[in-house]
Formats: sequence, C-alpha cells, structure tokens
Amino acid sequence: MSTLEDLKTAVISGKRKDVKTIVPELLEAGEDPVNLLEEALIPAMGIVGERFKNNDIFVPEMLVSARAMKEAMKIIEPKLLEAGVKPKYKALIGTVEGDLHDIGKNLVATMWKGAGFDVIDLGVNVTPDKFVESIAEHQPDIVGLSALLTTTMPAMRETVTAIREAGHASVKILIGGAPITQTYANEIGADGYSRDAASAVEAAKEALAS
Amino acid sequence: MKYTSLAISDPEQLVYGTAPNPITTRHGIVIGGGTVYPELNFTLPDLDIKKSTMPEVARHYRQIVQESLERAAELETPGVMLEFETLPPMTEFPEMGMEIVNILLEGIEEAHHKTGLKAALRVTPNDNREFIRPPLMRSGHYWEAMLSLFEQSAEAGAEFLSIESVGGKELHDDALVNGDLRTVLFSLCIMGVRDMRFLWDHIVAIARKHGVYAAGDTACGFGNTAMVLAERRMIPRVFASVVRAITAVRSLVAYECGAVGPGKDCGYENPILKAITGFPMSMEGKTAACAHLSPMGNLAAATADLWSNESVQNIKLLGGMAPTCYMEQLTYDCRLMNTASADGHEAHLHLRDWLVKSDAGYDPQAMILTPESSVQIAQAIVSAEDYYQAGIAAGRQAIAILRETSEAGCLKLNEREAGWLDRMESDFDDLPDTEEEFIEEMMDEVELDKFTPADYDLPSA
Ligand code: B1M
Repeated sequence: MSTLEDLKTAVISGKRKDVKTIVPELLEAGEDPVNLLEEALIPAMGIVGERFKNNDIFVPEMLVSARAMKEAMKIIEPKLLEAGVKPKYKALIGTVEGDLHDIGKNLVATMWKGAGFDVIDLGVNVTPDKFVESIAEHQPDIVGLSALLTTTMPAMRETVTAIREAGHASVKILIGGAPITQTYANEIGADGYSRDAASAVEAAKEALAS
Repeated sequence: MKYTSLAISDPEQLVYGTAPNPITTRHGIVIGGGTVYPELNFTLPDLDIKKSTMPEVARHYRQIVQESLERAAELETPGVMLEFETLPPMTEFPEMGMEIVNILLEGIEEAHHKTGLKAALRVTPNDNREFIRPPLMRSGHYWEAMLSLFEQSAEAGAEFLSIESVGGKELHDDALVNGDLRTVLFSLCIMGVRDMRFLWDHIVAIARKHGVYAAGDTACGFGNTAMVLAERRMIPRVFASVVRAITAVRSLVAYECGAVGPGKDCGYENPILKAITGFPMSMEGKTAACAHLSPMGNLAAATADLWSNESVQNIKLLGGMAPTCYMEQLTYDCRLMNTASADGHEAHLHLRDWLVKSDAGYDPQAMILTPESSVQIAQAIVSAEDYYQAGIAAGRQAIAILRETSEAGCLKLNEREAGWLDRMESDFDDLPDTEEEFIEEMMDEVELDKFTPADYDLPSA
C-alpha cells in the first residue's frame, strides 16, 4: 500500500507513471485530497525548488517533477473542487507589452504552481488593458509582471498605474526581470520584487502578507 | 547542402583578423584582410519608444555616434563598424528605424570628413514575426515592415545587413528548458533551416539590388539563450555546447543563400562558419560582459575579424558615456591583437593560442569552439548529406570532443554534467535514420498550435 511519503518521492524523482498509480490508490484508501496536496505534493515541490535554488539540479530535472505534480493535480483537482476547497492563492502572470521574453516568467509560474498557487499565465506582450481586464475577470490575489528590456520597463510602470487606477487596490503586484530592481519596484508602486524564480514564492508570500 | 568542403581545414589557419574571403567597405576597410576592427553596438537606456519620444531617442543615437567616433579617431583606430541593432518598434515602424539609420550614416560621414576615420554601418532589424502567436513567418505586417527597413536602410547607404532571425524558436525555448535534444534538432535543422532559406533569399535580393552586403545571421535566440541558461546553472553546460554545435547548421544557410559576412557578433558558432565558408566573422567576448556573461571571453577573440561589445546602454559612466568607453576598450583589445599579428605568423598564432588556452579548459562551451574543435565540427557538417544529418553529426562531434578532452584531463566536467553526455548520446542513438522519418515522428510529437507548419513547408499533421 502506497503512502504519502511514496507520493512525495515519486514527485521529487519525476516519476509520472508512479504518480498516476499512487494518487488513485491513496484516494481509494480514504486519504483526504487536501492532505495529498499539502502533505505530499507541495512539500515535494518545495524540496525540488530548494535543490534548484542550491544548484543541485537543473531546470529540466525540476520540470520533470513539475509535470509529475501536474499529473497528480489532474486527478485531485476535481475532488478538491467537489469539496469546495480552493487554492490558497490565485495568481496572474504575464510579460509586459512590447516584450517577448518569457523563459524567466515561465519559471516563476512553475515555482508558483509548485507552491500550490492557482496560476493563470497571460503570455507575452500583454497590454496594461489586458492585465486590468483579466484581474476583473479572475480576481487574483497577486499579479506578476515580467520585463527583460529596458525599453519595456515603462510599460511595466504603465501597467502598475493602470491596475491601480482601475481600482484594484488590494491585488498585490510582484515584478521581476533582468533590468528590474527593488528600487524600481518601489518607484513604480509595486508591492514586491524578486530577483529570480527560486525566490519568487517567498517574495510573493511576503507581498501577500504585507 | 551547398558546402561540401572547408575553406579553412587547417586549424593553424583559423586565426583572428584573416579570412580567405575578405570584404572591402566603401571607405576601404578590409574586413578579414589582416586587421581586426572594433564593432560597436549600443542601445537605449530605460526609455519608451514612440512618436512623442523620438526626439529624445534621436538625441541618444546622435550622441552615441558623435562621441564614440570622436574617441575612435583620437585613438587612431584604423576602422570601425557600427552596428545598429534596432529595438522592436523601430522595425515595426520603419520610419522610426530610418530616422536613426540616417543619423548614424550622417555621423559616420561627418567623422570621416573631420578626421578621416573609416567607418561603416551594419543594420540589424528585429525579427518581430513572433509578436503574433503562432507567428506569421512569410507574410503580414511584421514581415513587410522588416523587409521595408532592410530595403530602406540599404538604399540609404547602410553597407551591411544582418538579422537575428527566430524561425524555429516557437519550439526551441521549451526544448532548452526541458533538455530535449530531439526538439532542438527539429527546431534548428528542420524548421530553422527552412525559414532561413526563405528569409535569406529575400535579404540577399535586397542587398544585391542596392549593391550592399548581405552579412549574416546568428542563432542568438537559440545558442545564446542556451548559453545564458547554462551560465545561470539552469541547464547543463554540455547540453548548451551541443546546442551550439547544432546552431552552426542553421546559421550556415544564410551563407548558402548568398550572405558574405561579416557574420554577426553574437553568433558564437561563427568560428565553425568561418572554417566552412572562409567569410570574415564578428565575435564578442569579454568586452560584451556589459550585455551578457559568457564562458569564453578570450577564446571568442581567437578567430574574430571584427570585435564587438554586443550591446551597451547609453548611460553615463565615470569615463564618459558607456558606448564611448566601450569603443575605447574594443580599440585597445584590437590594437593588441593587431600588434601581435604584425609581428609575424608565429606571434599571431602565439596570441591566438593564449586566447584559446586561457578559456578552453574551464567550460565545455569554450572547448567546442577552439580552432581545432571548430574545424572538426565544421568537417562533420560538410560531410553530411542533409541538414538533419549535419545537425546530428555536429552534435555527436561536440560530444566526442567533450569526452576526449575531459578524459585527457584538459577539461573539467563535474559528475552532474558528465552524466548528460551519456543521456545526449543515447538521444542521438534513438533518432530515426532519415529526415523524412524524423519529420513524420516529430509532427506527431510537437505542439502544433505553436507554429504554422505550412510556413516551414511542413505537412499540417
Ligand atoms: C513576476 O515576478 C517575477 C519575478 C522574477 C522574474 C520575473 C518575474 N521575470 C523574470 N524574473 C527573474 O526570474 C527569472 C528566473 O530566475 C529570471 O528571468 P531572466 O529572463 O532574467 O532569466 C532567464 C531564466 C534566462 N534569461 C533569458 O531568457 C534572457 C537571456 C537573454 C540573452 C535574451 C534572450 C534569451 C532572448 N532575447 Co533578448 N535576451 C536578453 C537576455 C540577456 C540577459 N542578460 O538577460 C536581452 C534582455 N535581450 C535584449 C534584446 C535587445 C533583445 N532580445 C530580443 C529577443 C530575444 C530572444 C527572443 C532571442 C530570446 C528570448 C527567448 C524567450 N522566449 O524569452 C529582442 C527583443 C524581443 C522582444 N520584443 O522582447 C531584442 C531587441 C534583440 C533583437 N535585436 O531583436 C537585450 C536587452 C537590451 C535592452 N535594451 O534592454 C538583452 C539584455 C540581450 C543583450 N545583451 O543585448 C529573473 O530575471
């Protein structure tokens, strides 16, 4: 009989097939889906994230684990929904208008998902209007903006202003990208800044707690 | 494939400053004719580019060209290439790009008139086609605007046309972060090659019409993305090395279509292309740390005909505006290289070898681009019968070089990296024999909503 520990190990080592058999087994044995998420999946991705942060594994290895977690989520999400359990945080993320760089943004999204956030990815070249519309539609707790070009930093500022002017005062805004700094975040009124994907979960939680 | 033999088959002849097929600019700079020249590249600081900010944008570029060329003349630089790599709105709206092209051309002529400085302009429009997802590769606003900027720049007097094209990148970014060699090969050698042929036929036609040079492309969005990810320890360095070797197959297509160099600075695959084509190449290394870090700051100079800083913002440093400071750094780098080569072949080789040896053992990405390795990979490419086989041959050759040099103790590879050599080797072993079979398999595997197969002459399913 599989245990939560087995599920954790399967996610850490990226064994999707194992995940597909362990999760139904655990559910059938009466394990609470919330437990699966909070005691196995999120801690497993936490360990993977830590290993990545410490340069013990490469991104491809981290993504194998992320896919294994996704596999588990496919099975438990409907059960969570049935039980009325919602993810603790809902997040929107996108690269600002005029900017097509998305590798860093995608990694941040992966880390957030690994931490159990419900993440909606708006993609690249996202206009301030699109951010504002999507916030109205999805009511996220936090919005992530990414910019890699110095010439699209002004679009980041415009997006923050547009979100605030649209009256979304309570949604937290986290920004990042190669040319972005904490000083810039303060200057444009963002709630937080993260220098890399590995710290993006912590930074988001800090912003959410502020 | 057009090239079946090498222009430079002896690694001793793969040296900086000299190329078998040099190019002469209007002011008489001979690139690849024995002297290495600086190629200065620059960009804007934090600034929105739109109609209302164009006076400010123009002021930046005017300052860059005036001050940097003034310094080049003071240092008696024998010749300079300026590269205007546009920022996306400047290609999307060619009138914005042309305003800057004209400012730079005027600045070059003014400096020539005042000081006799010989300079030339390379214009590199953006490949904005991917602003639409999936991209429209062969038609539409972005395609038309890009061609229009090429055409107008050539007509106005820009002597060299280049691009960092993106065909195949729809699948490549994910392939990189997933360490997926099959998709890397498909992106570069199937999709990339097809797009390069289409794109470069157009660029070469424009260049010929206006009597300017179609210079070359770079697999920047592929190889340098891999390099930056490896530099941040996100993907294995040996994986980025193999990707780099395969990128040479894609970039080669520009020369097959009629490009003549100098190859674009950020193409770290350029030593391989120089060995194949004999055309001069621009390179960037330590003096481009302002733009991105790299593991081959010295080695990159070993085969360079132009020496570039890749990109620097027009901001104030203690020494002056950043582009001016970089003009000075590049000039001193070039002076040293040219002084060594002026002392005869032995001194030339001596410095080249120091540049190589000071980097090669530290990183696999450097090791596969030594003159010896470059010639070996180049040979593997020209011996292959099609682009698919060439990609595999280049990748396998890179793995062989890394195994051999690490076993000989010339290259340090940790266990985590070394394990990836086996993984990649077995990925290559699992590939089908022919390009046709490979395409058939991949069309079932890849995400078809990310690109338009017809734009790559591929079946839709
Ligand atoms: C929400 O909260 C958060 C929190 C943290 C966040 C966050 C959000 N977003 C990011 N982070 C942070 O976490 C991530 C993970 O740790 C990190 O993300 P990063 O994105 O920094 O890190 C990634 C994991 C790896 N890094 C990257 O992926 C970026 C690497 C470099 C080399 C780079 C790449 C790869 C690319 N490029 Co671009 N590119 C460069 C980059 C050089 C550099 N020094 O950064 C840069 C940014 N590019 C530049 C340029 C000029 C351009 N690029 C362009 C195109 C491209 C490619 C498409 C080829 C490719 C992008 C592929 C992709 N799908 O993203 C063009 C613009 C396209 C556009 N409209 O956006 C083009 C204009 C080139 C051209 N002539 O066409 C330069 C900018 C210069 C400037 N003025 O700002 C540049 C510095 C390169 C250079 N040396 O010149 C952190 O920043």
